[in-house]
Amino acid sequence: MDYTDNSLDQSRATILLMGLRRSGKSSICKVVFHNVQPLDTLYLESTTKPTTENFQSLIDLAVVELPGQLNLFEPSLYDSEKLFSSIGALVYVIDSQDEYLSALQNLAVIIKYAVSIKPKIHIEVLIHKIDGLSEDFRLDTQRDIMQRVGDDLLDYGLEGVQISFYLTSIFDHSIYEAFSRIVQKLIYELPALENLLDLLMQYSSFDKVFLFDINSKIYVATDSSPVDIQTYEVCAEFIDVTIDLDGLYETKGGKGMRPTRCVSKLQNGVTLYLYQMIRGLALVGVSRLDDGEDATSMSVIDYNVAIFKRSLEKMWEKSKNLEQGNL
Amino acid sequence: MTLNLWDCGGQDIFMENFLTNDESKGSSTSSNIFRKCEVLIHVFDVEGKEVQKDIETFKRVLANLRKYSPNVKIFILIHKMDLIQVNKRQELFDLMFNKLRSIALDEYGFNIKGFATSIWDESLYKAWSSIVCSLIPNISLYEQYLSKLNGILNAREIILFEKTTFLVISSTNEAVVNSKDLDPKRFEKISNIIKTYKQSVNKIRTNFSNLILHGKNSSIYLEVLTSNIYIMIILDEDAGNEVAIDYELDDENLVLEDIKIARELFERIETKGRLPSEVT
Ligand SMILES: Nc1nc2c(ncn2[C@@H]2O[C@H](COP(=O)(O)OP(=O)(O)O)[C@@H](O)[C@H]2O)c(=O)[nH]1
Ligand SMILES: Nc1nc2c(ncn2[C@@H]2O[C@H](COP(=O)(O)OP(=O)(O)O)[C@@H](O)[C@H]2O)c(=O)[nH]1
Ligand SMILES: [Mg+2]
Repeated sequence: MDYTDNSLDQSRATILLMGLRRSGKSSICKVVFHNVQPLDTLYLESTTKPTTENFQSLIDLAVVELPGQLNLFEPSLYDSEKLFSSIGALVYVIDSQDEYLSALQNLAVIIKYAVSIKPKIHIEVLIHKIDGLSEDFRLDTQRDIMQRVGDDLLDYGLEGVQISFYLTSIFDHSIYEAFSRIVQKLIYELPALENLLDLLMQYSSFDKVFLFDINSKIYVATDSSPVDIQTYEVCAEFIDVTIDLDGLYETKGGKGMRPTRCVSKLQNGVTLYLYQMIRGLALVGVSRLDDGEDATSMSVIDYNVAIFKRSLEKMWEKSKNLEQGNL
Repeated sequence: MTLNLWDCGGQDIFMENFLTNDESKGSSTSSNIFRKCEVLIHVFDVEGKEVQKDIETFKRVLANLRKYSPNVKIFILIHKMDLIQVNKRQELFDLMFNKLRSIALDEYGFNIKGFATSIWDESLYKAWSSIVCSLIPNISLYEQYLSKLNGILNAREIILFEKTTFLVISSTNEAVVNSKDLDPKRFEKISNIIKTYKQSVNKIRTNFSNLILHGKNSSIYLEVLTSNIYIMIILDEDAGNEVAIDYELDDENLVLEDIKIARELFERIETKGRLPSEVT
């Protein structure tokens, strides 16, 4: 692997959140990173100046929200060139329940500017608040927006911009799914992680494994099999069940050094498995064990998961050292 | 156990409909809802403005029940207690409940139970737990055996839940030195957590059969015990060290083995109504 690649500098973990006012930027931050209930975002105050929030997960994340009413190129307020040159992903939020033509114009201008400073930047477009649209209308809207953005970029003579679209809402898991994918693109070690998870699957009878950020329920990596949203939901909720149960009988001093482990058998033969990892992460997997060989397969799983955890620790140590060496 | 719960409209027009016993009108609602009734839970608003009228309604309900379901169990909730000053609650409850109790006993021959409740604290949950408990036959046998089980496991707490409502029907925490360390709202919280979990796995059209958690604070075992009851065992964590996984699994197997034995006994209580002789 080529560790001298500049994707290892600090910038890889900054997510810039943009969009017109009231498109839902602050709400998304609150719901995903602060466990706020979606309905409680109804009366959020409008954001008036750029805000930055830091989160620690496998990587250190910074989410910067620019107020929608801000003129992007008003130089007195912030150094836009410096900001744009340091970000890893640009997330643009569009309110799909509103007239979105002006948002698209705004988006095109921003993309043009961003690409001029950082040609390889990932542009992530959230077609947001889809909870208000019918199933059919969602896809029509997505098609329409993709078409128009494509046309706009052509008009500007921009080709080969890396741009992805997501249908999202804070009222279901779609926003977590979108953020999971966005964050994953910023994790330099992702291919190696996915490899490890595939190996783990192969050797320990898992049907699906996620590496979750416990706080936000974003998954920072998963094996290469497709993600089924229901499986994701059940796994994410299993984390809450585990944490809530463990919180009930708190002991003062919190001596526990051992990693949290939670296993639950379901009546349809599926087993849910959770094991605490490093840096606020947990491995959550879905497995189908045959009744007869329960005990042995469970030991195999435990054994392999412990190995996975050690690899993760090593991987993280290594990237941390390299990062420090780079500065 | 199956619970058919009727939430009866309290507005006058519904009450008239329930309570009027005019046979000429054919089968009115009244005889229907009071027939084969096993439990009555009558809710009184502690701040109710029309006390006399509430009592009249209560009397008419009792009259119907004496006629159609003489074996009914009757519970009274004196509700919205949070609206009353803390130091006046007991006094007010006694006053109201004693009045209702003597009406029920002297005039209709019913022996009733009463609870002071509010949706704003754990009192409502506790009242429902005791109500569900009193409907389970042989509950005292379960309790007896539960403390025997704890003699073996030395658990921080062992809890039995009713399976559909997740209400706690019995618990023991003899081993705990200082019960102040236990969260007084924990039963309600556990019920909610487990209910949420049940709904979660419902999305993939199944239910859970067990859960074993080794957490920071304790180890928790949740298992189906009988067709009506779940058991939850909370064990303290002795070592703060990272215990070898094999060792942990051995421990697990011991507890699971104990639960298995308990299951057989509890099932026998459920079907035969008594503890097998070797245990009593
Ligand atoms: N229906 C719906 N409303 C949303 C969603 N996300 C945010 N909102 C609402 O949109 C409004 C504006 O949100 P806010 O986060 O303040 O927008 P910002 O100006 O972009 O930061 C709030 O009333 C939110 O409750 C969503 O997914 N669906
Ligand atoms: N202060 C207080 N209000 C309550 C309590 N329980 C219910 N209420 C309120 O009483 C009102 C009527 O409740 P509802 O359940 O609709 O009564 P129902 O007509 O008997 O079904 C609602 O506004 C509830 O919020 C309580 O324990 N304390
Ligand atoms: Mg805002």
